[in-house]
Amino acid sequence: MQASQSTEEDPLLPAPYRVVERVRELDDVTTLHLEPRTGKRTCVNPGQFNMLYAFGIGEVAISISAAGETERGLFHTIRDVGKVSHALSHMKEGAEVGLRGPFGSGWPIDGADGRDIVIVAGGVGLAPLRPAIEAVLAKREQYGRVTILLGFRSPKDILFPQPIHDWREQHDVELHVTVDHADADWRGHVGVVPTLIQRTNFDAKNCLAFVCGPEIMMRFSAQALLGEGVSPARIHLSMERNMKCAVGHCGRCQFGPHFVCKDGPVFPLERITSILSVREV
Amino acid sequence: MIAAVKTMDQILGQHRFFADFPSDFAKLIGGCARNIHFKPGEYMAREEDPADTFFILSKGKVALEVAVPGKSPVVIATLGAQDVVGVSWLVAPYCWLFDARAIEDLRAISIDAKCLREKCEADHDLGYEMMKRFLPLLTQRLHATRMQVLDVYGKS
Ligand SMILES: Cc1cc2nc3c(=O)[nH]c(=O)nc-3n(C[C@H](O)[C@H](O)[C@H](O)COP(=O)(O)OP(=O)(O)OC[C@H]3O[C@@H](n4cnc5c(N)ncnc54)[C@H](O)[C@@H]3O)c2cc1C
Ligand code: FES
Repeated sequence: MQASQSTEEDPLLPAPYRVVERVRELDDVTTLHLEPRTGKRTCVNPGQFNMLYAFGIGEVAISISAAGETERGLFHTIRDVGKVSHALSHMKEGAEVGLRGPFGSGWPIDGADGRDIVIVAGGVGLAPLRPAIEAVLAKREQYGRVTILLGFRSPKDILFPQPIHDWREQHDVELHVTVDHADADWRGHVGVVPTLIQRTNFDAKNCLAFVCGPEIMMRFSAQALLGEGVSPARIHLSMERNMKCAVGHCGRCQFGPHFVCKDGPVFPLERITSILSVREV
Repeated sequence: MIAAVKTMDQILGQHRFFADFPSDFAKLIGGCARNIHFKPGEYMAREEDPADTFFILSKGKVALEVAVPGKSPVVIATLGAQDVVGVSWLVAPYCWLFDARAIEDLRAISIDAKCLREKCEADHDLGYEMMKRFLPLLTQRLHATRMQVLDVYGKS
């Protein structure tokens, strides 16, 4: 259970939240720990997102990057790419943000019992997958093999290094980190993350795959998973589109026949195959 | 009970790269193959050296590097168990295009590519089988390199 966000009566009305801690993860990535000024508690599913409002500047969709713990409030990991994400990334502790949500579908972890789990994340795409990884590891015995494949730009861009280390050390998982660019001091993998997929052991016929990262990386990862024999119904991707209302009213996030805010952001590949490679959707 | 000693063609047949390879051809390649071991830091190949060998990795990890004058080498890819190191033996002038350095204790099968080239020249069916395996490998690597160049994690 988590603290509640927007008022239940009006999902368009942001609720006031306070920044209780700001952690600089990387040069351009910051995690905000938020707590509600007031409010009751509501459930958050791994993979859902909130709309964060930097007052006077604008509102953006940001995934929940840690969930499930009542006492810890909400965590959002934000990459500074533009006006709003820059303002949010630079909020001081004690500052106030508006928050609406949680919105959208989550990762379908509930239907995964007994299956192998394959998680493929690229860059800040690890943020929405982190709650899913933690939920799976918390009930590790319910699943078959768990494979976590993480891709980053370079060793200095590795997000959440401590949790990654803990997942690898403390749980029965096959976890690989790869980077696109490195010098000879780096002792890990070099190469794009889809290339790890064919090198790992999982039961393609009985697995669920969760993929999040830049769209090109997701497309190629999906191709690699299909190449290994995973069915498109079992490959789930988290799509990003600009958002406005986040409740399926305005059409801003339209992705083919779907609204990412309401029908997604997590979609099974079989529902979006035909639009994934369309240039303008 | 004494475990049966496997012949080189049987060992090769267990590698993903040679899966379903016709057994006559596996025997021909087995004749050019031997087991090899590299310690971490040892070079399997150096840029511009004659590409008269290629390797099928059984265990460990290797970095493919490009030397940069005055700087630490840039790693362009790492390869591990079941991967193939070396494709330049197929293309004249048969020279390595990068350094290949073991970064972990490495076990591999080394294949005498000069010997294999001659066998492929003498038996085009064998040559075609080899091409059918190396061409997908080359396209996969090209594809992966394109994605690396796209720098998908950079700011758009
Ligand atoms: C469901 C959902 C969940 C999301 N979760 C997260 C999250 O957890 N963390 C996070 O940092 N972002 C997340 N995003 C993306 C985030 O919403 C955008 O980065 C944000 O809207 C950018 O707004 P801005 O005003 O800062 O930049 P803008 O002014 O809108 O954009 C500035 C520049 O950055 C580029 N840009 C915009 N978004 C991105 C991006 N995601 N990656 C690279 N370049 C981009 C634009 O093309 C433009 O050139 C999510 C988006 C969605 C739809
Ligand atoms: S953001 Fe308005 S419909 Fe999705």
